[in-house]
Amino acid sequence: MLIAVLMLVSLMVGPAGLSPRTALAALLTGDGAPGIIVREIRLPRTLLAALIGATLGLSGAALQGLLRNPLAEPALFGAPQAAAAAASFVIAFGFVPATSLGAPVAGIFGALLSVGGLILIAGRRASLTVILLAGLALASFAGAVTALILNLAPNPFIALEVAFWLLGSLEDRSIEHLVIAAPFLLASWIILGLTARSFRVLALGEDAAASLGIVLVRTRLMVVIGVALGVGSAVAVAGSIGFVGLVAPHLVRRFVQSDPTRVMLPAALTGTALLLAADIAVRSVPSANELKVGVVTALIGVPVFLAMILNERRTEGTES
Amino acid sequence: MSAPVILRADDTSVSLGGRSIVERARVKLRRGELAVLVGPNGAGKTTLIRALAGLLPADGKISLDDKPLTSFSPRERARRIAYLPQGNVFHWPMPVETVIALGRYPHGDPFGTPTDEDRRAVRAALKATGTEGLAKRIVTTLSGGERARVALARALATQAPVLLVDEPTVSLDPRHQLVVMEVLRDAARSGCAVLAVLHDLSLAARFANHVLLMQEGRVVTQGEVKEVLTEQRIADVFGISTHMLDLDGTRVPIPQWPL
Repeated sequence: MLIAVLMLVSLMVGPAGLSPRTALAALLTGDGAPGIIVREIRLPRTLLAALIGATLGLSGAALQGLLRNPLAEPALFGAPQAAAAAASFVIAFGFVPATSLGAPVAGIFGALLSVGGLILIAGRRASLTVILLAGLALASFAGAVTALILNLAPNPFIALEVAFWLLGSLEDRSIEHLVIAAPFLLASWIILGLTARSFRVLALGEDAAASLGIVLVRTRLMVVIGVALGVGSAVAVAGSIGFVGLVAPHLVRRFVQSDPTRVMLPAALTGTALLLAADIAVRSVPSANELKVGVVTALIGVPVFLAMILNERRTEGTES
Repeated sequence: MSAPVILRADDTSVSLGGRSIVERARVKLRRGELAVLVGPNGAGKTTLIRALAGLLPADGKISLDDKPLTSFSPRERARRIAYLPQGNVFHWPMPVETVIALGRYPHGDPFGTPTDEDRRAVRAALKATGTEGLAKRIVTTLSGGERARVALARALATQAPVLLVDEPTVSLDPRHQLVVMEVLRDAARSGCAVLAVLHDLSLAARFANHVLLMQEGRVVTQGEVKEVLTEQRIADVFGISTHMLDLDGTRVPIPQWPL
């Protein structure tokens, strides 16, 4: 419900303000200037925000379930950083302009490469510690590569363009972006959905979960691949959008009695709502340059998150 | 005394990281019997019980219902062997009844809708462990004794014919130690094959039908309590002197001094 309203608002808001009725009519008929604005510009943007928000929320919830740690977040395995590095590379060296489709394609390729690397390094029977350390190493490496690209960029304008792209934005995304990213996002939803039931069992620890029939290696691989596909392709089309993956599961956890399986769907919906709201906020704040949505999610997300942590510490003495 | 053997290990060895931890262990678990595994720290008790649970690759033959343990799928195995590791870990503040229902996971359909049988099993497990009153409580807010009973209830809820528990009485007050041992004995009496790793020799002597004594990776002796838990054996394996106390006709060893 909230999401439907947010999606409608997202269609209305922009340089040319539209009333709810005009926006809906334009969406349905596609007539006139409003029709073009809504269908060509705002609809792809809104749908992307919804899909990416859901993917971030779902990935965060899955990782927190796998690691049994509420602090886990999608950037942990290095896929978003790798996607960012690959996309920066193609933009910086002029293979493609920042707004073209080349960047997302390169980004998805980068994310897949990092997952492949991770699996190769970690091997088939890796412990969680090895996977995490390898992911951390890949993330740092990809971060360094991005920095190097900025460093070596042929001219300052391009460096600036890359830097802005990295901040994360849904501006000027077309239906083609959606078409490129959607299969990977949907694949990640399916993969993560298949692992969802294991998370509740993993609450008992890995040994007990294994004794109840969970195949740990398979569960870990599926989560790593699912998160990398989803978040990697999200970063590839929209740049890095922080904090949604970390915060979304937290916001809804208390409503499902901390059940790490049941939290998945609400976390995805919350992610959608958060990103739609942030993207609306970005367009509503008057400024010369449109604000970047990645900036807004972190700026708003961090204080909200800190408030929640303080609140939690006061109300319940949970131990791990 | 020859109830059917359900889980059996013949000359089972386990190596971890190139080091041999368990060597040529022979174990037979029978329905209706509470077996207790004792031995000093580092003797390989936990490794052996994990191998019996199918969680570690082991050399030699472990068979369940006369079929190799490795021939069962993880879910089939999980329906037949319930395993409770040390430490009663609960990572999320979930309600007790949700935690106990996890014992039904290997029986469930892919969507996890509980059946009447699942609900009956959870109720029976709550009753057996005296945790009915805790069902709605949040598991991370419970005391150590309550957590131990909830963890045990989770393992019982599977209603597996084999129950393996690793140090279920550690860090419990004396009353809870006895309560937990009674729950295990009742499970055995209702037809389960139970194996418990224990450190408390007096509890072992009082509750076990069968005792296995481990030292440096080997099961050095096993049999009835009065044959295994003798002053001489305990001195050899644990390096302590014991005082033997007669309690309702059972000779119960009380640790005295290190030798």
